[in-house]
Parts: sequence; structure tokens; C-alpha cells
Amino acid sequence: MVIAALNSGDTAWMLMSTALVVLMTVPGLALFYGGLVKKETVLNTLFLSFSAYAMVSIIWFIYGYPLVFGPDVHGFIGAPGNFFFHNVVESNTLVGSIPASVYAAFEMTFAAITVALISGAIIGRMKFSAWMLFVPLWATFVYLPVAHWVWGGGWLAQLGALDFAGGTVVHINSGVAALALCLVLKGRKERSMLPHQLGYAIIGAGLLWFGWFGFNAGSALSAGPLAGSAFIATNTAAAAGMLSWMLIEYLRFGKATMLGAASGIVAGLVAITPAAGFVNIPAAMVIGFVTSIVSYTAISYLKPRLGYDDALDVFGVHGISGIWGALAVGIFASPFINAAGTGLAYGHPAQLEIQAIAVAATFAYSFVVTLIIAKAIDFTIGLRVSEEQEAQGLDQALHDEAAYHI
Amino acid sequence: MKKIMAIVRPNKLEVIKEALDDIGSPSLTVTEVKGRGRQKGITEIYRGREYAIDLLPKLEIDIVVPDGAASKVVDTIAKAARTGEIGDGKIFIMDVEQVVRIRTGERDHDAI
Repeated sequence: MVIAALNSGDTAWMLMSTALVVLMTVPGLALFYGGLVKKETVLNTLFLSFSAYAMVSIIWFIYGYPLVFGPDVHGFIGAPGNFFFHNVVESNTLVGSIPASVYAAFEMTFAAITVALISGAIIGRMKFSAWMLFVPLWATFVYLPVAHWVWGGGWLAQLGALDFAGGTVVHINSGVAALALCLVLKGRKERSMLPHQLGYAIIGAGLLWFGWFGFNAGSALSAGPLAGSAFIATNTAAAAGMLSWMLIEYLRFGKATMLGAASGIVAGLVAITPAAGFVNIPAAMVIGFVTSIVSYTAISYLKPRLGYDDALDVFGVHGISGIWGALAVGIFASPFINAAGTGLAYGHPAQLEIQAIAVAATFAYSFVVTLIIAKAIDFTIGLRVSEEQEAQGLDQALHDEAAYHI
Repeated sequence: MKKIMAIVRPNKLEVIKEALDDIGSPSLTVTEVKGRGRQKGITEIYRGREYAIDLLPKLEIDIVVPDGAASKVVDTIAKAARTGEIGDGKIFIMDVEQVVRIRTGERDHDAI
């Protein structure tokens, strides 16, 4: 992997991949969430993703990048330095065969979408000011350390944890944070999910599927066979996840739904994320097929039983499918696909154990620190809008604008 | 003069308009409305959770005609709007006191 010379083919693919991941967040994720909420809260919902994206973009280049990828400090965090990206571009640094600027931009988009993902759990009731405070705090105290543990040479990387494109760092991390934040925030007065414009959500899901090729195949950090392998694994798992979710609904209700199919696509994409560059096609099919069963069960049985109001199922889809994917890579990682990973199925059961440690550590850290951040905000400026504002809808109450004038 | 207010299935609008054209009574006003009758509404399912949708989208067609034309217009709408299934809608007929055509100031029968 370590190539001393710049490769323009790799660089071109990574620039493209970076833009694809941007498209996943703005507008992909924003539309996926925005279509599912009531029409009086759609702008606020879109806004949560857009504002997270903008804020993380700034933080990343002020101090975020070195805290993840700087020299390791006790396995926990990267050493601070190069603030404002000082002298990184000027010194023509390379990461592998691509410029450090391109690598940093690519990784920035991951940080941004991870924070934006959390917003799906809390729509309809969180103060915008509280969100604008939550985003930098969470990015700093949760995302940066966890990303360093796994991708920046931290303790999970040293342990040998496999995470190709963000099963732990992105999906378990955001899914668990969503759970913790919505527990502190408490439920909406009116807990429905009657989509005001399902078409937006479907467009959003389509953009996520499209952009995910940058997310996963881009995580090869090169334009070669590994990117191709990750690309087909990603597409296969998304398709299997979609068909699996449709089958579950057909067996339960006799009809498949478009929202169910879109949910299955996202669940499949989430589950294959940590495994994309490590597994072959049959494994991708199993990962995609099983993940919809696991996420559907969590959403239909776990959520009503435990009573948390994860409005758009961030924990159910990203948290749960992320956990399955992170464990699945410990089972199915094939050394014939990628020499860097060998799973249980290829005679290395210890990998599954390492994956379990990575899952547990990410879950525990994200849950506890998110709880602390949420409580701190609640105690100072308050997390929640007034009952009147909630009933009115947040577009008018918090932004003085409306998505629809008819 | 009579006002005919018909609540019908949205997808029946085109057939009703054609039928009214055929009897030479093309003027109408259409409004999108929602309502419920004795039918129980429908069920929609999102992420495995069922929601009862008890207000269904309908169209309201308003037509004002001279007394003598009312029954023919009502019969025409009823025939065109009918499927025989629950949810076909209803037609209400009421008296109209005055009509004014804004452009010319004409009144009543001249203004219809």
C-alpha cells in the first residue's frame, strides 16, 4: 500500500469519491430524512444535516484531522498540530499514492455524515441552538477519538480491528449516539411516522446508494482491484438487503412497501460498510440478507418494547446493522480478497473476538460520552423546544419559514 | 337556480367533465377536499407500523344551473362518478338566491 509516488489515477478516483460522499449527506441523507417527517418540520430536518455538514467541514481543518491522523498518543487520540491545515498542502505531503489534501477531504466527509446521521433520531423536538452546540461537541469528543482508535493507528487498530469504511466509526458510533441523545431528549408528543412526501425519502435513498460507492470503494484509497471488489460487494449487499426487507414485509403483511425497500437498501449498505473491502460476493449476499432481518426486528419489536423515540430509526438501522456488519467482517473476511483481513470462516476465529471488542468499545464510549454531552446541553441552554413550538412544527417556530404554501 | 355540490373520487374528474360537456353544461368549479363517510378509511404501513388513514382525498365539484337543468346534471354526474364500491361519494343540491357575473354585472339567469 505504501507507494512513495503520486498516482494521478488514484487521486482522480479519490477526488470523485470525496464528492460522492458529500452527495450522500447533502442532499442524500437530508432528503431521506426530510421526506419522512411531517410537512411543518421538513426544513428543520433538512437543516440539521446541512448545518452538521458545514460545521464539521470547518472543525476538521481547524483541528480535527490531526486529532485523528496525527502521531498516536497512548492509543487514544492523535497528537494536535498543523492547526488550520498549516503547511500540509504547502509541503506536498502524500498519503499512500494521493495528496494529503485529498485524503483529508475524503475523511472529512465521513466525519460530517456521521454527525448528520444522528439527527434522524431527534427530529421534531430539539432546539436548533442545542443542535448547533451538540455538533461540534460530539464531533470533537466522540467522533475524533473513535476514528483515531480505528483508522488513525489507535488502540483498536493496534489490536487488529477491521473496519473498511466505517462500521464502528460511522454507523455504530452514530446509531448509539442517536439512541443516547433521544433518551435524554425524550419522545415526541405525537409519535407518528406518516411521511409527508415519501418521494423525497426515496430520492434520498437512491442518492445514498449512489454515493455509497464513493464511501466504500473510495475507502480502498486507490483506483484498482480492491476498489472494484468493494464496489461490487457494496452493490450486492444493498440489493440483498432490499429484497430481504421486502420479503419480510410480504410474509408479515402480504405486501411489500417502497419505504421498506429503501430501509433495506440502507441497512444493506450500512452492514457491508466495514466489510466491503474484505469479503467476496457470497458473503456480501449473506451480510445484506441477514441485516434486514436484524434491523427489522429491532425496529418492530425492540423499539416499542423499550419505548425510546428514535424517530427515523437511526439506532435500528445504523446502530444494529452496523453491529452486524462489524461482527460479520470477523466471520467472512477473506485473505484472498484482501491480505489485511482473515476471518473465522478462513480459520482465524480470534478476528471475531477482536471485532466484538471493537463493537463493545465503540458502543460503550459513544453511549456514555453522548449522554454526558446531552445532559450538559440540557442543563445549560436546554435541549428541547417548548410544547407549543413542537405542536406548531419547527419550520415556522424555529426558522420563520415554511416548505409549502398551499 | 340550484347549486349542485358533488363529492367524488379524484380519479373520476375526467369522465365527469366529458359527460357534462356532452349534455352542454361545461361550467364547474373543482376543489380538493378530504373527508370521510360511513366507510372506515384505509390502513397504511410505514416501517412495520400501521396507521389508520380515516380522511380520504376527494374532489368537490360545484355547479350552478337553472332549476330545470338540475336533475339532468345530477343524473349525469351520478352516472359518471359511480363505480359501485364504497367511497363513490355524494351529491347535494341546494337553492341559490342570486348570481352576479363580475365582468358585466349581469344577474341571476343571465349570469349563470
